[in-house]
Amino acid sequence: MPAAVALRGITKRFPAVVANDRVDFEAAKGEVHALLGENGAGKTTLSNILTGLYRPDEGEILLSGRPVEFHSPRDAIAAGIAMVHQHFRLVSPFTVAENVVLGDQRDIGRAFRLRPRAIEQRVAELSRRYGLAVDPRARIWQLSVGEQQRVEVLKALYQEARILILDEPTAVLTPQEADALFETVRAMAADGRTVIFISHKLHEVKAVADRVTVLRRGRSLATVAASDATPRSLAALMVGREVEIGRRHHDRPAPGEAVLQLDGIWADGDRGVPAVKDVSLRLRRGEIVAVAGVAGNGQRELAETIVGMRPATKGTVEIKGRRVRSGDPRSAIAAGVAYVPEDRLGTGVAPGLSIASNVVLKSYRRAPVSRGPFLRLARIRDLADRAIDNYDVRTSGCQVPAWQLSGGNVQKVVLAREFSGEPAVLIAASPTRGLDVSSIETVHSYLREAASTGVGVLLLSEDLDEILALADRIAVMYEGGVAGEREAASTTVEELGLLMAGGREQD
Amino acid sequence: MRIERRLQQPWWLAVVVPIASLVVAFVLSAVVLLLTGHPPIRSFHRLFDAAFIAHGALSETVVSATPLAFTGLAAAVAFRMNLFNIGGEGQLYGGAITGAIVALLMAGAPSPLVIAGMVAAGAVGGALLAAIPAVLRAFFSTNEIITSLMLNYVVGLVLEYLIFDSHSYLRDTSGFQASVFPQGKSLPSEATWSSWSVHSVALPLGFLLAIGVAVVVWVLYARTRFGFEVQVIADAPRAGRYAGMRTRRKILAVMCLSGAIAGIGGASQDGDFRHQLDPRGLRQANYGYTGIVVAALARYNPLAVVPVALLLGGLQNAGFALQGVDFPNGLVGVMQGLILFCVLGGELFVRYRVRFERGPRVTKSPAPEPTP
Repeated sequence: MPAAVALRGITKRFPAVVANDRVDFEAAKGEVHALLGENGAGKTTLSNILTGLYRPDEGEILLSGRPVEFHSPRDAIAAGIAMVHQHFRLVSPFTVAENVVLGDQRDIGRAFRLRPRAIEQRVAELSRRYGLAVDPRARIWQLSVGEQQRVEVLKALYQEARILILDEPTAVLTPQEADALFETVRAMAADGRTVIFISHKLHEVKAVADRVTVLRRGRSLATVAASDATPRSLAALMVGREVEIGRRHHDRPAPGEAVLQLDGIWADGDRGVPAVKDVSLRLRRGEIVAVAGVAGNGQRELAETIVGMRPATKGTVEIKGRRVRSGDPRSAIAAGVAYVPEDRLGTGVAPGLSIASNVVLKSYRRAPVSRGPFLRLARIRDLADRAIDNYDVRTSGCQVPAWQLSGGNVQKVVLAREFSGEPAVLIAASPTRGLDVSSIETVHSYLREAASTGVGVLLLSEDLDEILALADRIAVMYEGGVAGEREAASTTVEELGLLMAGGREQD
Repeated sequence: MRIERRLQQPWWLAVVVPIASLVVAFVLSAVVLLLTGHPPIRSFHRLFDAAFIAHGALSETVVSATPLAFTGLAAAVAFRMNLFNIGGEGQLYGGAITGAIVALLMAGAPSPLVIAGMVAAGAVGGALLAAIPAVLRAFFSTNEIITSLMLNYVVGLVLEYLIFDSHSYLRDTSGFQASVFPQGKSLPSEATWSSWSVHSVALPLGFLLAIGVAVVVWVLYARTRFGFEVQVIADAPRAGRYAGMRTRRKILAVMCLSGAIAGIGGASQDGDFRHQLDPRGLRQANYGYTGIVVAALARYNPLAVVPVALLLGGLQNAGFALQGVDFPNGLVGVMQGLILFCVLGGELFVRYRVRFERGPRVTKSPAPEPTP
């Protein structure tokens, strides 16, 4: 019997990157098939191809052995493929039933007049059958995140999808909700549907999937039976072995006294549930400590808590032995915390303002940038010109608005400003994301230089190559907590990969 | 055809585009005039004559422009930080009420003192009213558009209550006439604001004060730490927080400043022109709402607010002067609307440019690449 869905030799190129490189993948009827890979491994591109959002440059898609070509998402839906996105596509003032019927191309959804009773009945039936407890008449805004996800799944089932793609479905769920979802997934498979489960968490892949296909850097590496795989073998496949090159080659002075001390930090995420759970960490003078982890495991929230942009619900932050007021960026800045935020345009710089304004974004309150209430514009221009020279910002002048700069040059402006404050601690959150190779090199050399002049650098990154190239010590975050801490010199990529994916240390 | 963001805005665009927009607005107005059977050239001529040229016209125009300059500045100050204070109307009433109270209380004191007291009271009255939506916005993230707008009606009703529905301190209860036609107490003569005459154009104190406020606001926004914070918070609130700026305090300060300016405009109504608290007159004039139009046309630049106020004030003034069978007052409203529409539409060409391309695009067009 031919596979329910098969992808053969799928290649998708974007400017400067090959997102999918001759990917082969197939899943049978009634199978739960996991797609495992790091951020940027090509999972999302692949699912966008399967749902008709992108067209592959090469390769073909076969459904039950027949080649198909999708010109739009509508074609994919008509062919019975549905996707549950990480970010829900629900209309919040509408009821569950209304959302389910929305976008439905057949009878009831197509008719001018909705028949709410009939829809509600069908929705109730589906939710009973697959254990998706949710009230069809409830409005979306009244529902928890987990319930909203069930609505998305119901939507797919209502459209009679034979192939369901779940994109990192547990990222937003509590463990109990995740368990319930796994039940549903298995029920759907038992019913003859095919479920493609995208994830980077090893234990849940083991728990729910029949087979696993591992993607790395756009390629499909291997497909293995979940029962044969161990978290360790999967981690090795996912992270790869060839990253040993470019190990630390620094000759910095031995780290000195602690400049940053975190004690039992808890903080809430944007949704109001704890995102940082009991993190304690110590950073010494002249040391680079990396916080590794897959995106969304609390690193961003941790960085924001240290710099005061997010209040800690519990625990303390100390800079050079002095406690910093929680939730007060000004207090952190005064204590000597510099911060290179993940969100460059919008947080790191004000995009509509000139380079000059952005260079003095933090120092405008003090002499020599201002005198009394007045700004000294000539002095600001001087400072900006000097920053542009010293950091080699490529631009036609300091009055150019920041949004016109390339990512690398924006980052140089941020670094110039942050170092000008003579910080004791530098928090760098994904400082090289989206930059080209030479800019990455530049940012790395500034971070090394900072450490060698005695700044304590906390580097938050998802890129293990970068972490191994820079860090002295590595703390791995998983689901808001520190899953483990390792000396960079004595750890392996496999070990880190295992910690990042929530594998237990004894596996 | 594609529209793309300009990498550079040549300096002359900021001058040429608004002027060209005005020309387009007048051309469109001419079409409307033709369609309604009015000869356009003659109508424009009469309009401009009545607004700026005829004997005494300019003085009348300044009278109309003074409150618009205040409410225009009030709107510009707040809108610059993306705080949409629609409450200029109510804040102007507030300033008129507090200004009139102080004028009556200080009767007998030296005139300069009374005038200074009225200005201060007007500012405080307007600021206190603006503080209500400001606090709600800063601490409860309430939408200030709704709250400031609704407050306008509340203060409008209070204004009428003070004169028509109560025997308040501000109501004239002296003679027989006053009991039939309720009106505000006449303010003492010390509370009459001075006025200067330059080339037979009367310049009331309020107008000069508005020019002064415009200059102060310009300096505040372009040259001070306060203005820098306003710029940053307007552009990227998160960047402001990141840099340790106290965003809530700034919201309170900017809203109160905005309200204070509108409030001085209210006090100027008492002292310069009306010499009593005049609910009907104030409510019919819609100074607060027209002020938003003034600010928008001035692109929120405080220095441009005063000339724009003169332009719109002149049009309004001419509308009143020419009102009659052959010149419906509505035409002035139509012209105002067209001017607003064209100038705001013209904004697009300052920030973006339109590119025309023929045939199917084969190569990647040079999108606004960031500089390397």
